[in-house]
Amino acid sequence: MISLIGIAVFILLAPVIGGLIAGVDRRISARMQGRVGPPVLQPFYDVGKLFEKEITVANETQRFYAFSYFVFMIFTGALFFSGGNILLVIFALTLAQIFLVLGAYSAYSPYSHVGAERELIQIMAYEPMVILTAVGFYVVTKSFDVATIALFDQPLVLFLPGIFAGFIYILTIKLRKSPFDISTSHHAHQEIVKGVTTEFSGPTLGIIEVTHWYETVFLLGFVYLFFAFSPIIGIIAVILVYLLELVIDNASARVKWQFVMKSSWAIAAIVSVVNLAALYYLRMV
Amino acid sequence: MQLLLFLILGPLITAFFMLLVRSERERDWIVKLSALGIGAVTALLLLTLFDKGLLYYAFAAESTGLLMFFIEMAIAFFILYLGIKYKNYLVVSLILLQSALMLYLEVVYSPAIDVKYTLFIDQFSIIMALIIGIIGGLICVYALGYMRDFHRHNKDIPDRRNIFFFFMFAFLSAMFGLVFSNNLLWVYFFWEITTLCSFLLIGYTKTGEATRNAFTALWMNLLGGVAFALALLYLAIQPAPIMGLNEILASGKAVVLVPVVLIGFAGLTKAAQLPFSSWLVGAMVAPTPVSALLHSSTMVKAGVYILVRLAPVFQATFSGYVLAFIGALTFLIASGIAISQSNAKRVLAYSTIANLGLIVACAGIGTYEAIWAAILLIIFHAISKSLLFLAVGTVEHQIESRDIEDMNGLIMRMPKVAAMMVIGIAGMFLAPFGMLISKWAAIQAFIDAPFGFIFVIILAFGSALTLFFWAKWLGRLLVVTPARENLETRIDLNIWIALISLAGLTAITCFIFPVISGTLIEPFLLQNYGNFARLSQDNIIIMIMMLFLIVLLPLSILLPRRKHRQLKPYMGGMTTNADMSYTGAINIKREMKLSNYYLNSWFGEVKLRRIGIYLCTVLIGIMFIMAVYAGVIA
Amino acid sequence: MSYLSRSPWILHYDATSCNGCDIEVLACLTPMYDVERFGIINTGNPKHADIFLLTGSVNEQNREVVRNLYDQMPNPKVVVAIGICATSGGVFRECYNVAGGIDKIIPVDVYVPGCAARPESIIDGIVMALGILERKRTEMISGDKGVQPELQQGGKAQ
Ligand code: SF4
Repeated sequence: MISLIGIAVFILLAPVIGGLIAGVDRRISARMQGRVGPPVLQPFYDVGKLFEKEITVANETQRFYAFSYFVFMIFTGALFFSGGNILLVIFALTLAQIFLVLGAYSAYSPYSHVGAERELIQIMAYEPMVILTAVGFYVVTKSFDVATIALFDQPLVLFLPGIFAGFIYILTIKLRKSPFDISTSHHAHQEIVKGVTTEFSGPTLGIIEVTHWYETVFLLGFVYLFFAFSPIIGIIAVILVYLLELVIDNASARVKWQFVMKSSWAIAAIVSVVNLAALYYLRMV
Repeated sequence: MQLLLFLILGPLITAFFMLLVRSERERDWIVKLSALGIGAVTALLLLTLFDKGLLYYAFAAESTGLLMFFIEMAIAFFILYLGIKYKNYLVVSLILLQSALMLYLEVVYSPAIDVKYTLFIDQFSIIMALIIGIIGGLICVYALGYMRDFHRHNKDIPDRRNIFFFFMFAFLSAMFGLVFSNNLLWVYFFWEITTLCSFLLIGYTKTGEATRNAFTALWMNLLGGVAFALALLYLAIQPAPIMGLNEILASGKAVVLVPVVLIGFAGLTKAAQLPFSSWLVGAMVAPTPVSALLHSSTMVKAGVYILVRLAPVFQATFSGYVLAFIGALTFLIASGIAISQSNAKRVLAYSTIANLGLIVACAGIGTYEAIWAAILLIIFHAISKSLLFLAVGTVEHQIESRDIEDMNGLIMRMPKVAAMMVIGIAGMFLAPFGMLISKWAAIQAFIDAPFGFIFVIILAFGSALTLFFWAKWLGRLLVVTPARENLETRIDLNIWIALISLAGLTAITCFIFPVISGTLIEPFLLQNYGNFARLSQDNIIIMIMMLFLIVLLPLSILLPRRKHRQLKPYMGGMTTNADMSYTGAINIKREMKLSNYYLNSWFGEVKLRRIGIYLCTVLIGIMFIMAVYAGVIA
Repeated sequence: MSYLSRSPWILHYDATSCNGCDIEVLACLTPMYDVERFGIINTGNPKHADIFLLTGSVNEQNREVVRNLYDQMPNPKVVVAIGICATSGGVFRECYNVAGGIDKIIPVDVYVPGCAARPESIIDGIVMALGILERKRTEMISGDKGVQPELQQGGKAQ
């Protein structure tokens, strides 16, 4: 089931697409705020710049964590786009995230430390919903394999409307968009400076940026699965979802972590119980 | 047969030797040799019997049964004496009730009872034996070094190491007996021995707190014992008494449901499920090897062992689902409580309770997939948890604290022990290590079961909680603080042996888990359920790739690299000294101190435990009612 | 042209400014001037920054802070002093607690005069700083020093 093409395409194209998405994102955000905004290629300039800088570290181990984060994020995405087991994909994603958190912890800096704690709270907040999304896929398609799920000939979103809504909710956390950008953000000035990434600098930070691109593409791939019955509708849906996230991002202010945690758990619990129970009921009838 | 008897009697003989030894050297050697011996014999057991499937052994039961009965009565008198001495009338009444039941059973019914096979072995027993033998043995070796330090640190506690090691080995012996017995009377006998041993080991230090907690453990387990005795009586008064495990599994569900649920209740008490979780948490007052033994290879594992054994009876019964629900709730609530704890041993305790909850949930569901997950959980949990306990114990003696906050930057002070702790923690919650594989298996199992989605939802939320408390602990260990003195030089060799072996086992079992699953678990499932579960080849390959990555990535640190400059952590521009202190307003010197989130207002122990106790008590009630309804009335 | 000058990230520090210049610096980010057009981002973190913007003169309380922030920026980096206070101490230069302009503590590459400096001139200053940034980078590579010499503790720049 493992398609090498999927892996190769992901590894080569994801950073390009991810970077472009980030560029368009900044551009559209700027327009929403009545500004001109940076060039679409700006994220690439940023990362290029970071790699031109001197290597500075808070400690020796930091680079290892950043690198591991990078490697496992690619692993996650590659596994996903090659049609692997979706639960395994989620576990690999968690592993990658944990490496980022550990990198932040290792720095012994108050800002990155608070960032790390909040990042963990974020993970705790979105993790159940991600797993339950996979479970939802399974209940409908009888398979955990992305390849099989993607080939399902009916629109999954019709079977899983609640789970889809819940997933969109936590997608805001995953994309680090306001109001849920509690652990680090794309924007300037946050009460905890840059949270988890505070202590990463130069090329190490560059690696983390690229990793974010990979992650964005992977997450949008997840969204696509809901609409995979028709590629065109799927891509349109992904674009619409991203635009929706942008509007949310620009229209809301950051909330406290307590709210992030409570609301995402409440939503995950409600939508999954209702949606899954309905599916079980339908199947029994 | 000889091997089984050796495993049951060998540790017992060692135990008696332990009472006699006079010098530390003698003890060192005897313990090490017996640990080696026990480990070797369990390995031999594996090699000779792994492909033989289920084997029964007949054994001259008459006289042994009588002997067991007398020992039971002696234990009862002993507990009665202690109960009266410490004025614990709950214990007194429970032991009286239990002994009365057993006496009645022995006098009135025992002549009619005839169990053809008293001992048996199958792949599941082999797995349990390996866990008990290897991990238990390593813990005993560790205890040598630990207890030496322990008495050096705590001068006011009388040195009763002879008794200590006696009970450690007696415990192992009882556990072997438990997993090899087919005759339920025998199972009961060994069950009671483990209760007694744990009681005495928890109370080892004889401080007020230790005694109190030991009695808590005792009454809870005695309650389970009473339920067990009732189950035996119920089975004995049947027109055709059923006393063998195999007979129970072979007979119709309706007949045995009530006694099985009673035994299941005993399993819940022993596995420290809510509402009985407090004894295991209280047991933390004991020296660390005891905790490690209770948590990983013995005691609580006895509880889940019996549940997994009886799982076919639970399968697809309403009582089974309620049992599974109790386990799942325990998993959720105990994981939540663990977040609010900063005492490392308490975190470990709650994590144990949580994981046992998951095993109970699997056993309650009882499908072949669930049992596959349950057995995987038992294996991986035992290894990682014992490693963690031993590492925490070692750290505790060096830094004089078991608080996670005090382990800040442990990687700088005790790099090797910290690395092992990291392996242990990673083993508990990260892919591609064992516990995560097991959780994966559990998701798969739940989702295919009826009502399974409820369990999957609980599992999803519970794992998010576990992730939080493990990861923050991991982070605390890996903080790179300014260089500190290395504290590792004083650690005893025995401790290193145990730690390194367990860390190695944690890693190796992940690599060879497909083999374990293929040679031991799958045949067992095939035999009992006619079906077996496994991961697909693809997924195994991917897991192994991940493992290699995890192993290889740390090497990237050794790669040559361009020159780099080290920066001090950003402190809002404040200049800091080497030890991260700085001069604050009006020239006051301030320390920078970082600490984890404990979210006490959400996950406070008192609140959550109360909720858990209410819910689970009600559920246990429902479980019994449904069992009686299905087994007797219907 | 390297990527450096296309993505200058800024650290803005208010030394002893009267806030006049700070408001002008922030005005640069508003839709009116929108410096993000040039890829300029206000990071608020020395470890991510390339350009150090300072407003106000240095006083005895914060001279260590200014130096510390400067040290924590990865090379190549440039310093832009905004407003006459940052340039020379301005009207506050005689104050008992004021040390003087920023260049008393760290090397300044661009001086943007004005009280307060106008956003246009601030942007001009930053654009000028970009050239210097480029130059420093070439020096860093050709000199193969990898790391620029650090300021000595208590040492004075240039
Ligand atoms: S230059 Fe003028 S506006 Fe700027 S800080 Fe100094 S006094 Fe204020």
